[in-house]
Parts: sequence; structure tokens; C-alpha cells
Amino acid sequence: MRIRDRFAKTEARVAPYAFVSPFFIIFAIFGLFPLIYTAWVSLHDWSLLAGDQGFVGLDNYRELMHDADFWRALTNTVGIFLMATIPQLILATVLAQVLNSRLRGRTFWRMGVLLPNVTSVAAVGIIFGLIFARDYGIVNWALGHVGLDNPIDWQGHRWSSWLAISVMVDWRWTGYNALILLASLQSVPKELYEAARIDGASAWRQFWSITVPMLRPTIIFVTIVATIGGIQLFTEPLLFGSGVNAIAGGTTGQFQTVAMYLVQQAFTGQRFGYASTVAWVLFLLIAVFAAINVVLLRRIKSVN
Amino acid sequence: MNRTQRIAAAAASALVVGVLAAGCGGSGSDSEGSGGKDVTLRVNLFGQFGYKDLYKQFEADHPGVKIVETAEGDLGKYNTKLSQQIAANASAGDVVAIEEGQTVNFLQIPDKFVNLQDHGYNEIKDQYLPYVANAATTADGKTTIGLGTDVGGLAMCYRRDLFEKAGLPTDRDEVAKLWPTWDDFIATGEKFQAGIKNDKIHFIDAATNVYNSILMQGGDETYFDRDNKLVVESNPAVKNAWDLANTMIDDKLTAKLAAFSDEWNAGFKNGSFATIACPAWMTGYIKGQAGDSFAGKWDIATVPGGGGNWGGSWLAVPKTSKHQKEAIELIKFLSSEKGQMGAFKSEGRLPSLPALYDTPELKDAKNAYFNDAPIGQLFVAGAKNLKPVYLGAKNVPVRDAFENVLRAVESGDRSQSDGWEAAVKAAEKAAK
Repeated sequence: MRIRDRFAKTEARVAPYAFVSPFFIIFAIFGLFPLIYTAWVSLHDWSLLAGDQGFVGLDNYRELMHDADFWRALTNTVGIFLMATIPQLILATVLAQVLNSRLRGRTFWRMGVLLPNVTSVAAVGIIFGLIFARDYGIVNWALGHVGLDNPIDWQGHRWSSWLAISVMVDWRWTGYNALILLASLQSVPKELYEAARIDGASAWRQFWSITVPMLRPTIIFVTIVATIGGIQLFTEPLLFGSGVNAIAGGTTGQFQTVAMYLVQQAFTGQRFGYASTVAWVLFLLIAVFAAINVVLLRRIKSVN
Repeated sequence: MNRTQRIAAAAASALVVGVLAAGCGGSGSDSEGSGGKDVTLRVNLFGQFGYKDLYKQFEADHPGVKIVETAEGDLGKYNTKLSQQIAANASAGDVVAIEEGQTVNFLQIPDKFVNLQDHGYNEIKDQYLPYVANAATTADGKTTIGLGTDVGGLAMCYRRDLFEKAGLPTDRDEVAKLWPTWDDFIATGEKFQAGIKNDKIHFIDAATNVYNSILMQGGDETYFDRDNKLVVESNPAVKNAWDLANTMIDDKLTAKLAAFSDEWNAGFKNGSFATIACPAWMTGYIKGQAGDSFAGKWDIATVPGGGGNWGGSWLAVPKTSKHQKEAIELIKFLSSEKGQMGAFKSEGRLPSLPALYDTPELKDAKNAYFNDAPIGQLFVAGAKNLKPVYLGAKNVPVRDAFENVLRAVESGDRSQSDGWEAAVKAAEKAAK
């Protein structure tokens, strides 16, 4: 009996840890170890193929601070992020509002907005690359019909390439975000709208005074997710500039993101140590952005 | 090669095969076509090598062996993935193709590949063009990681119909006479542009393609000297190619298309350009992109500057392969005379075995798509004049940097006056 009791006691103490351990074990192998190893590599002159060429301390970080290409890539990343995310969230909120109203074929529309998200990103990249093509692209063709005779070289300029990539990102993610917002919209008490209507508030006023404040926590959540995705943006700009050396993100790197710069340094430049440095700085940047978001989230809670 | 020599060569190769077979037999139980146990060889290539029929033949000769090919269309993606796999000792396949620009990289880590000198390479190496035989061997000469397949002997492909419209001669011999040098080529381009009177059609596809062709003609070093020191500023070949390419940009001869991009591919179908620097393997690419409606509209003439090289590949067996014996046999077969002729017939890939250059099969080969151009003669002429060019380990990043700046100048994103300085600066950074 005693032994059994003791066994039961130990089991009760150990079992919870055993149950939660899979996550921590997997995280340690696939999350923590690569993170620490990358930090280790970033302190070395490390060639992709030839391996470790010696410890260099913080030299890679020092070089990165003065690397104009890195700063340009960072500007591109943040620029595209802002250009894509702000209209995307506004559009998603409006879309959620529309989907929440009484529509004919509501389920059809709700499913429909998610469709772009299940499309393969490679296909999206290729199609949008063709839409924004310089010589035979549909956008330039349409612009030609409204009197813009000089075709725009979409990949050539910073603003136009950012715009094209933002459109690509928004096309893919607006519907997804709209559905998340829709879910939280449905938990807004109907009484609030009824009361507002009795007080004679317009639909616009209802939207700004009820919908938006009630949605704020969800908006913050959606923003965090969009931030993480946006700062790691890679596939869309890579596919946008097709052909040889697409990883350079345009002839002057006008749409090369930090993630692309990282891959370029690692695999074209064969500088694994330096690429690891870029990876770590990217990680820190995401942490900073996430921290800012958390602070904002706290403030909203205190308002409520 | 005279008759006795040929017999000697045949005897030598028979001997090699015999030694190989004996070597295989030595391992005892493994002999007799792997003794009933099935072997699947994974062949990892980029683009189209034209090996389908050769695989069938090899499978028929080696019962129990099955060959599965994976081919990546995007060379950049292929190189990245192959580097990753080789660096990490992951299984890259039993046979992998190494592209010209990558050989130097992989020679940094020769121990990741089977040393073909342990498998009779020294007996067959003299059959290859010297440049091809040496390019996949380490500097100390002790390790060879790859067997040469094709070389990119250079010619110039052009559109007959567009030349006619522009009032230029269309016959390939007369066209070749238009451009013995690159300066003549530029002058012809100016005439073409004036004659075609259509600003949607340009003389060449992209400045980078011509630039690379000129650079590779320029001598035995490009961006790096043999001590792997960056010599972009002191090597006149680089500046010369750069200046010529810039003249073409100045004269608005280029269609400003990034090579291998979707727009470039569309350019074949839309007829956006009249000439393209044309290594042997490009003929297959043009046919695939332009399609049947352009059959007979393309033709091939010699390249300005005489000869040159663009591309070429080596087949290697990574140490991670579990069927090295069969894989080595396969690459020997694919790089043999029979294998290389097979690839030439199906994809137009020019053999790297000079013995083949005098065979009627190659000498008299014509390509119907290119208005019956004598591709054998044209490309062999290019390959015979081939000068070996040393590419440094950082050749690819530096070339990318140079091409990028050139493309920026071409598209007007960067002014021509500070293009050269920007290119040198970008090269210095990429060479780190």
C-alpha cells in the first residue's frame, strides 16, 4: 500500500511535466537550439561550404551596422509593411462589417474572401508578376487605355515595386483578417447597436463609435500577426522579380527585403556567419515590434 | 584523329570499362547487376539535359537499376539547394549536376564528392577538352569531383524575318560577315534599329548576356586572378566588356529584359529582340520558349570576336550516395561519347569530347528549327577556340553584383557615369 501510495504521489507530481514536455522538447530542438546556434555562427567568419574560418567576435555585427545594403533592405521591409498593412486592416475591417450585415448568399461571400489565402503563394507571385509586367502587363495595358502612354516599369522604381508587392500581400491576407475581425464582430452585443439606432445614430457613427472600439483588441492581434509576417516578407518580392538573380530584389535592390538579403548573403555570397548576423538582428527587430504591440495592447485594456 | 588513334582510344576506353567491371566484380556478392536487389539512382539536374533515352539504355544494360531524374528549372534555386544539401551532408541525389560557375565552390570541399581519380578518371581525362578536364579537379591535381558533359560553345542566334524587315542580309554567312568584331556588331545594331522603325523591337535581348559573352572571350581571368584576388579594376577584359555593353545601352539596342525572367521568356514569343548570344544549349531553350510558330524564323551565325563559352556542366557523385558504384557507372556512361551525342541530339548540348567534333554525326548536324543551320559546325567552331577561363570561388556573387549594376544602368535606374564605380564597389562587397 505504501509503495503504491508513494508511486501515486510521484506520478501526480511528475505527470503534469510529462504532459507538457513534448512542447518544450520540440521547442528546444527546433526553436531554442537553432536560435543559439545561429548566434554562435554569427560570431564567426563562416563559409557556407568551407565551414568555420575562425572566431571574429562582434565584427559581423559591426559590419552590419555600416552596411548600406542592409539598411536599404530594412527600409524596404518597413516601407512595404506599412504600405501593405495599413490599407489592409482598414479594408478588412470594412469588409468584416459588410459580411456581418444581411447579405444574400452570406456564406458564399464569407468563404469567398478566404479563397486568395488558400491559393499557392508561388502562383500568386507569378500571376501578379505578369499583371505588373512592364511590356505586356495588364495594368500597363489598362493605363494605356486611359491615356497613360508611357508604360510604368513596375520593378524599376522603389514606389511602384513596393506598391505592386503590397497589392500582392493585401490580396492574399485581407480576406483572412476580415474573417478574424468578423468573428469578434459577432460577439459584439446587438443591444449596443439597437440602443444606438434608437438614439438615431447613423450607420457611419455606429461603425466608429461601437464597432471600432469593440474590435480594438482583435485589431491589435491582427496587427501583431501582420507585423511578424510583414517583417519576414520573402516569397512575394522574390517571385515579383523573376529571372536570374531574383534574390537581389531589383537592379538596385529597390524591393529586396531583409529576409531576401539574409538568403542572398548565405547562399549567393556563401557568407553563413554574416547571414546569421542578419538573422539575429531580424529576430531582435521582430521582438522590438512585438514589444511595442504588447505595450499598445496593455493601454487598450486599461481604457476598458 | 586517324584510324589507329581511334582504335587506340576505343581500346583504352574498353580497358577502363573492363577495369571498372573487374573492380565491381571484386566486391563479390555485389556483382551481376547488383544480384537481383533493385537499385534506384536519383539524378538531380537543372534545366533539360536530354537524358531520357540514355536512361532507358542504361537501365536495359543494368538490370535492377532504376533511374529517377529531378530537374529544377531555375538554376539559381538549384545551386542554392545543392549547396545546402552538400554542406549539410544531406542526400542530394546519387548523381548531381554542377554548373560551370559552381565548380570552384565545390572544389573547396572536394571530400564531399567521390574522387573520380580512384575510379579510372586519369585514363579518360585526355579525351576531354583540357579546360573541361581540369575545371573539376583540385589545384593540387589529386581530386576530381566531376565528369564533363557539355560545353557552351558560343554562336549568335538571330531572327531572319526581322533582319529582312530592317534591310539587313539574312543569309548566315553574310550575317557573320557583318560582325567580325563587337564594334561591328554594334554598328549592325544601329543599322537594324534605324531600319526596323519600331521601338518595341530591339537588336539584342539584354546587355548582361552580351556583356558576359564578351567577358568570357576576354582571356584566362575575369574577376579574380589565380590567387583569388579581386582584379576587376586592373583586368582590362572586364572594363572592355563593360564599355561595349554600355555602348549598346547608349544606342538603345537592348530590350532591357532580365535573362530567364518571365518577361524575357515572353520576349521570345512576342519577338521583342532580333539577336541573342547563343551557346549550344540555348537552341533548345529558344525552341521551347518561342514555339512552333517561329520555326524557320530563327537562324544561327558565328559570334563576334570568334568563339567563347557560356555555361557547361559536370556530373558528380556525392559521398552521401548509397549506390556510388552504379552512380559512377552512370556518369561515365552519360559523359561518354555515346551519352554526349545523345544529349546533343535531343537538346543540342555540345559535347566536351573533341573526338566527336570530327564525326559526321556532329559535323553534319543541322537544326531544322533554325532554318537548317549547321549547328555542328557553328558550335564546334566556337568550342575549338575556347580558352579556359579561371573563375574564382566568389565568381557568382561578384558576377551577380556586376550584372545587377549593368541592369540598373540599362533600365535607367542608375546613371551611366557612375555605373562603373558602383559596379566595382558592389563587387568588392560581394567578394568578401
